[in-house]
Amino acid sequence: MSMNNQGRPTNIVAGGTDAIVTYTGHRGLMQEEGLSFDRGRSGKWGVDLPEPKNKADRLGGVRRKGEIGLPELSEPEVVRHFVRLSQKNYSIDTGLFPLGSCTMKHNPRLNEKVARFPGFGDIHPLQPQETVQGAWALIDRLAHWLKTLTGMPAVALSPKAGAHGELCGLMAIKAAIEARGEIRRRILVPESAHGTNPATAALIGYTVDTVPATTRGRVDLAALKAKLGPDVAAVMVTNPNTCGLFEDEVLGIADAIHGAGGYFYCDGANYNAIVGRVRPGDLGVDAMHINLHKTFSTPHGGGGPGAGPVVFSEALAPYVPVPFVVAGADGFTNIEQEEDAPAGARPFGRMTAFHGQMGMFTRAMAYMMSHGSDGLRQVAEDAVLNANYILANLKDVMSAPFGDTGPCMHEALFDDEFLKGTGVTTLDFAKALIDEGYHPMTVYFPLVVHGAMLVEPTETESKETLDRFIHAMRSLAAEAKAGNTQGTNRFGGAPYLSPRSRLDETAAARKPVLKWTPPAPKQAAE
Amino acid sequence: MRYLPLTPDERRSMLATIGARSIDDLFVDVPEAARLSAPVDLPRFMGEMQVERDLGRLAAKNMTASSVPFFVGAGAYKHHVPASVDHIIQRSEFLTSYTPYQPEIAQGTLQYLFEFQTQVAAITGMDVANASMYDGSTGTGEAVLMAMRVTKRNKAVVSGRLHPHYADVVHTVCGHAGAGMSIEIGGVHPSAPEDLSSRLDANTACVVVQNPDVFGNLADLRVLAEATHAAGALLIVVVTEAVSLGLVMSPGSMGADIVVAEGQSIGVGLQFGGPYVGLFATREKYMRQMPGRLCGRTVDGQGRPGFVLTLSTREQHIRREKATSNICTNSGLMCLAFTIHMTLLGEGGFKRLAQLNHEAACDLADALAELPGVEIPTRSYFNEFTLKLPKPAAGVVSALAKKGVLGGVPASRLYPGDASLENLLIVAATEVNTEECRASFVAALKEVLA
Repeated sequence: MSMNNQGRPTNIVAGGTDAIVTYTGHRGLMQEEGLSFDRGRSGKWGVDLPEPKNKADRLGGVRRKGEIGLPELSEPEVVRHFVRLSQKNYSIDTGLFPLGSCTMKHNPRLNEKVARFPGFGDIHPLQPQETVQGAWALIDRLAHWLKTLTGMPAVALSPKAGAHGELCGLMAIKAAIEARGEIRRRILVPESAHGTNPATAALIGYTVDTVPATTRGRVDLAALKAKLGPDVAAVMVTNPNTCGLFEDEVLGIADAIHGAGGYFYCDGANYNAIVGRVRPGDLGVDAMHINLHKTFSTPHGGGGPGAGPVVFSEALAPYVPVPFVVAGADGFTNIEQEEDAPAGARPFGRMTAFHGQMGMFTRAMAYMMSHGSDGLRQVAEDAVLNANYILANLKDVMSAPFGDTGPCMHEALFDDEFLKGTGVTTLDFAKALIDEGYHPMTVYFPLVVHGAMLVEPTETESKETLDRFIHAMRSLAAEAKAGNTQGTNRFGGAPYLSPRSRLDETAAARKPVLKWTPPAPKQAAE
Repeated sequence: MRYLPLTPDERRSMLATIGARSIDDLFVDVPEAARLSAPVDLPRFMGEMQVERDLGRLAAKNMTASSVPFFVGAGAYKHHVPASVDHIIQRSEFLTSYTPYQPEIAQGTLQYLFEFQTQVAAITGMDVANASMYDGSTGTGEAVLMAMRVTKRNKAVVSGRLHPHYADVVHTVCGHAGAGMSIEIGGVHPSAPEDLSSRLDANTACVVVQNPDVFGNLADLRVLAEATHAAGALLIVVVTEAVSLGLVMSPGSMGADIVVAEGQSIGVGLQFGGPYVGLFATREKYMRQMPGRLCGRTVDGQGRPGFVLTLSTREQHIRREKATSNICTNSGLMCLAFTIHMTLLGEGGFKRLAQLNHEAACDLADALAELPGVEIPTRSYFNEFTLKLPKPAAGVVSALAKKGVLGGVPASRLYPGDASLENLLIVAATEVNTEECRASFVAALKEVLA
């Protein structure tokens, strides 16, 4: 071993780290962190607040007594607690997050900055309308962009997320059918649909009728037509669909459902594949929600918030729920009550208190304006190009069930055929990817192929990143087929290099522990 | 374009690898008639500075809460949010992560959800809480549907003093949700006792009551809870001001079966109505009928504690049309803001914050009651109460705004067309209102009413 002039060793010492058991439980930068509740009440303050006057209260005899049971920490302890937690998360800023159907793309920080302008972030939804004209202007502009991009004449902005948008769309359809004096009880949903589609339809009392897929991974148009009838309210089709394929018979689907007196609901979760290149309005769509947190890059934040505006065709436009903004000679007015709606409008109700996800509107608007009409078109093109590049580079070593039927759109679908006989499952393969430094792709969805792996790179990944990912995937596929060449249980035991190894989900569900409970019984809070 | 890493050369070489001549080859499945040959008619791309300037101009047209004496509430409240909250939620690993479907690399999200659930259960006095709904109003709609599932009945009795937007959401959801669901809404009066018990019958699934209600009245719900339970129905308690839970007896201790709250007051900020965070809690026996995600504790392969999403057989991605709700995306990042702020407050801070809010409201009420012609029908309240003015409140609020004071929400904005409510103004006071703010408000109102 060589030494520097202070006698310190300067060369690398061989040896793995696996064998080291630390005294603290920490492993270098990987810090263990207990629950804040383990700290208990300490008399510490994380927020300094003035001393109350404690005069006689006016609570009408319902003053809280006893302990709530919240821990007390100082600010540095709180900050460290949450920073340590953050370090246990994978994120799109960490690396490629190819979660198909979920569209994890770069979240520009400009959007965060804009959303925090006091003029957007520090205004109240019920302050006088004349004091928030800039907010209405932003909402009106977002509406204009969404309508122009989709080629649809109306939009409901208030839905809080994609599934909420689906609900809004189906309610408008229900209202339009009722306005014709009809009752229709069935909704056709392809078997490849997101779970939210049948759940939404069922939530508002529709019977869900499943339409099979063809061997090409598309809606079976003949089967769909056979199911049509006077009781069919709508068909819900995701396009591009969850196999990452464009429904090439979409015009036939639209004609068929319209011919039967029903409406065409399009799940727009995958709109990012066609934005700027295809307008759903040109495909015969009557209603489509747009996940601002997918196509327009508002952050997912560990599961939300989302925003799910719904664009509507001429036929459904009158039913847009309150509230909505109208432009007038002396500024904008927000229509908040059904009885204030302009002539011709027949709002079906209200989806949420207030006006929708303003914080997501500002972020999406900043994103759209940054790209412009030309950049948004490039978004779709690069998203599709990246996915096809992955498909082209992996389909010889993995199995792509629709890989030979033509190009995919924004995501590439694989199944577990290539793992047959290897003892490695889709889940094992995904977990091994964690050790390689990637978030796994979507697994076991869509349900139409066995052991699905759905890879969505998005347009914000560079070619170098894709090449490295392809190398990792090819290497893992080769090793799975060769049978663990390194002599380890690389797949079955994965992941090894994450803050936790595989977690016991069965135990979690069998005896659910959904909150911290104190170790010893305490006086109950009142 | 700064967000797109591919170079023209790379695009060409990638197309060659794929075996496509041009990008158009990848869009061949799109019907020819629907292929756009050029960008749509919208502005071209902009640099960061241009976007910031442009949107900054729109933002500047709005009167911000921090810049004026501010007393607007009615479901969204102006509170101070500690600087560390917004700083931490912008950490990449929180901001740009996804639903924790791969728990081994999402323990950060899962652990804060577990802490969030614990906090929500504690402050509401309930057994279990979920990992959030979109907001309080949509959570209320889900609570009514849940009560109908649990009781297999289909009538909801709704207080007339439930925030009308919330009532509209319940009405919209249940009105579409299927055969036979009905909603009965109680009468609206700013202060008189409301008789909901007489509306209970053998088909009543739930009673929905807000506490404090939209006019600010605080009530003891124990008698109503008893009557509701005696009728075999569930009591749903809605709380739109979560800070009140620091000072007021928890809904759970008053007999609530489901508690829905708007969590916006803790950590989230006003944001013009969203994104907010819906709190949703219930009794353990109804746990499996809950909507939304749940995070549970478990162990990993080495026996170390960890967290996972659990009981997902209730959820749409597993159960599809048989799910308890269609909800998928929740309010993860807003949950985090709530959890951080609540952790900073702790038991002592949360209770003190609530006490300060109550005192701010009492002081404001005392000052406003001095004004000639002004009455305060609200007797018991937390940080919000109702003024009866000698003239219509909507005009008063506009006149106040011209003087640079945002002075509350006219009841007519929430209950349009009800002449008996025209002169009522709903006013909220919080810890952000200084004595000087209150004095400005009182002086401005005096001038407007003169």
